[in-house]
Amino acid sequence: MLLLTLWGVIPVQGQSPKDASFLAMLGELREATYSDKANIVERLSQTGHPSVRAVLTAFMEDRLYFRNDNQKVVIAKSAEGDPLSLIDPLSLKDAGSASADSLTQIGTNNGLRRTLKTTVAHFGLSNPDAAVRLDAVRDMLRSLDETTVTLLRERISIETNPSVKKEIATGLALAALDGSDGPARLVAIATLSQSVSQDVRNRLALLLDKSPDGSFVESDEKVRRAAAAAVATIDHWRTFYSGIETLFFGLSLGSVLVLIAIGLAITFGVMGVINMAHGELMMLGAYTTYVVQTAMPGHIGISVLVAIPAAFIVAGLTGVVLERTIIQFLYGRPLETLLATFGVSLILQQSVRSIFSALNRSVVTPDWMSGSLQLNDALAITYNRLYIVIFTLIVFAVILVVMKRTRIGLDIRAVSQNRAMAKAMGIRTEWVDAMTFGLGSGIAGVAGVALSQLTNVGPNLGQSYIIDSFMVVVFGGVGNLWGSLIGGMSMGIVNKLLEPYAGAVLSKIFVLVALILFIQTRPRGLFPQAGRAAEDK
Amino acid sequence: MVFRLRDSATASDRGGAAFLAVLTVVAVSVPILNQAVPTSSSFHLSAYGLTLIGKYLCYGMLALAVDLIWGYCGILSLGHAAFFSLGGYAMGMYLMRQIGPRGVYGDPVLPDFMVFLNWKSLPWFWYGFNHFPFALAMMVLAPALLGLVFGWFAFRSRVTGVYFSIITQALTYALLLAFFRNDMGFGGNNGFTDFKDILGFDLHSDRTRVVLLVLTAVALAASYMACRIIVESRAGRVMRAIRDGESRTRFLGYSVESFKLWAFVFSAAVAGIAGALYVPQIGIINPSEFAPINSIEVVIWVAVGGRGTLYGAVAGAVLVNYAKTYLTGAFPEVWLYALGALFVLVTIFLPRGIIGLVRAPDKDK
Repeated sequence: MLLLTLWGVIPVQGQSPKDASFLAMLGELREATYSDKANIVERLSQTGHPSVRAVLTAFMEDRLYFRNDNQKVVIAKSAEGDPLSLIDPLSLKDAGSASADSLTQIGTNNGLRRTLKTTVAHFGLSNPDAAVRLDAVRDMLRSLDETTVTLLRERISIETNPSVKKEIATGLALAALDGSDGPARLVAIATLSQSVSQDVRNRLALLLDKSPDGSFVESDEKVRRAAAAAVATIDHWRTFYSGIETLFFGLSLGSVLVLIAIGLAITFGVMGVINMAHGELMMLGAYTTYVVQTAMPGHIGISVLVAIPAAFIVAGLTGVVLERTIIQFLYGRPLETLLATFGVSLILQQSVRSIFSALNRSVVTPDWMSGSLQLNDALAITYNRLYIVIFTLIVFAVILVVMKRTRIGLDIRAVSQNRAMAKAMGIRTEWVDAMTFGLGSGIAGVAGVALSQLTNVGPNLGQSYIIDSFMVVVFGGVGNLWGSLIGGMSMGIVNKLLEPYAGAVLSKIFVLVALILFIQTRPRGLFPQAGRAAEDK
Repeated sequence: MVFRLRDSATASDRGGAAFLAVLTVVAVSVPILNQAVPTSSSFHLSAYGLTLIGKYLCYGMLALAVDLIWGYCGILSLGHAAFFSLGGYAMGMYLMRQIGPRGVYGDPVLPDFMVFLNWKSLPWFWYGFNHFPFALAMMVLAPALLGLVFGWFAFRSRVTGVYFSIITQALTYALLLAFFRNDMGFGGNNGFTDFKDILGFDLHSDRTRVVLLVLTAVALAASYMACRIIVESRAGRVMRAIRDGESRTRFLGYSVESFKLWAFVFSAAVAGIAGALYVPQIGIINPSEFAPINSIEVVIWVAVGGRGTLYGAVAGAVLVNYAKTYLTGAFPEVWLYALGALFVLVTIFLPRGIIGLVRAPDKDK
């Protein structure tokens, strides 16, 4: 089907003489005997017409029909069902549907199917696009026989693409494994041991099976020993790759935590304000994504990118308002800010519930974020996770630059270190406070955009992450951005590393308990703030 | 530690006296209104009303426990619901064992959920819970022990302020996740429910419930007086010193850690008893009681009532919960707005809570 769509994109304009002769050849198939059909197939394959491969594949799979009324040849999308949906053999575009009664199948027999198979495989193998070739080889591996093996053997000597070559080698080795030539089988096993595919592993493991009477299915002991070693090698590599995959899952979970914790590190760390509404600011960001997406339905791909600044502004402004109306009265009383902002979080939650209802809203994942990157048979990385890791690193870098290289960053650091002295130096501390809180809140909004791609967007979105992100800040050390980065990433990785052994819930408990114990030895986190400012009253 | 009572301690506590008086009125009038007044009368207190009042009293006790350490020792615990729930679970285990063969599956020993999970025998930590005295001891000891171990670790390494608040939150969150697990042996998601009787008395009869309510009132009064004695003692003064200047108190030669630790353990035990009284009256205990938000709400009750007054905390718990019952019934949309606004307004405009409106500040503050 993939090949069909691939060919389908080539535009066919009008009916050239080439098309006409192609159609005529197809027409001959109606009345031909099986040996004639083989000839026609041979001639069709030499026309070089863009639809040949699709037509021959359909023919092989018994999906080639002609209409009883006008005798025209058509392809059915699937041989099952009634009515059949049809494709035009020339343009490969949809040609409506017809009931099975009004169509007659163009029959095949075993010999003809063999010819067709070879021809189709040959087409796939000689395609200039390496991806098509790879697919063709994989198709052939599923049903190896002499003809395909011969084709593969011819191809491997001229194949230039390494991954296709490797796939062919695996195929040939699998074929050799079924043979009776002892040394050749050993060579084949050696080749197969370099693969990491589950199918290959299972095929090799079959050689180690015992039949019910206790004797080995495989009589050659050398082959058995080599197979056992190969299975062990493959298992080793598969474990290695699944380790990498786990590490990557950990990194992506860690990235989410970091993204949430950066905003907290600024409001909680730099300003000493425990913002319990941080999770709800994220929720606002996620809802902003939803609103932006609803406002531009035709451009889902871009809408996520538009949502990032939009969410930053929405959440950031909310944060500034929050700071000016409530938090500014509570500086120096961190425990009270906790209560007041908790109240704010309830109000924000309920407002969202009143506006958008309590039901979850679905945010569509754009095409460029779905799917996965297949690195090899054992390792695939999903794009949305990959992008979130990258996105987190970008946001982190931007914040770092803002804090270290800009005027506002300098002001923020000055105020957080010594408020009175900063004020004496002419810094408008109140304005800086509002900006700091706005910045922290804005980042929460941006984190919300990322979360909208991972979980459901609902009024409780914020609550589920807030405790974890507080842990990250405490673990990393309050007021330290690097601490949040390292803390978040390591918490994510440890969580995912434990998960296979302990299950999701227990591993989370372990992490929490470990954190509680860690705080005992380093009460101020991994990177404690130095100096007198760090000492609580 | 030696508690030396100030001679005028109880005499000067007019708010406390009023509180105890109100409590006595409740403890006396509720049985009359429920038992003696005929059902047809509009003064009759329904079973629903009984449950509500009982619930408020239990929450009041929990708020009292939080106020003792927050209001007087400056320790803000965001995990006190954990101690409350542990006490509740201990009571729940006793009540589950009392069901005996009357469960759905009719197993004489195993509670229903264990039969459902295909367990063959009772886990070791369930032994003894069929004896009430043992269960009673566990209702106090389990939360107190957790408080002791956790507090010892935390205070010894001088985890203070917001750090302490956040790790208590982690503690209750970890317990929440743990109790959700089926293989923990605490009924998983569903917790314990369908209780039949306590000490042979039917839990569904109003009479038993009235007795439980009066017991709760007595327990609340007793814990109030115990807390009052503690805060009026010399130890209580050291606690206040710690609240107002921890380093200074340490330099004066007091062992800050042990004062904090014992206050914390006592508070945990009171919270546990409150939880144990809560479960038979409400009729269910499940892991959602551990939710961090519950612990935060408790702190809010104390703040609304007025921290550092003890009876203010109880008043706050009752008022906020009454408002919650009323608003969630009458205007469910409004409730969260009202609660949210309450927190914001109280923290900004009423830092000493509702009690602060009617009472002059403490001289020794």
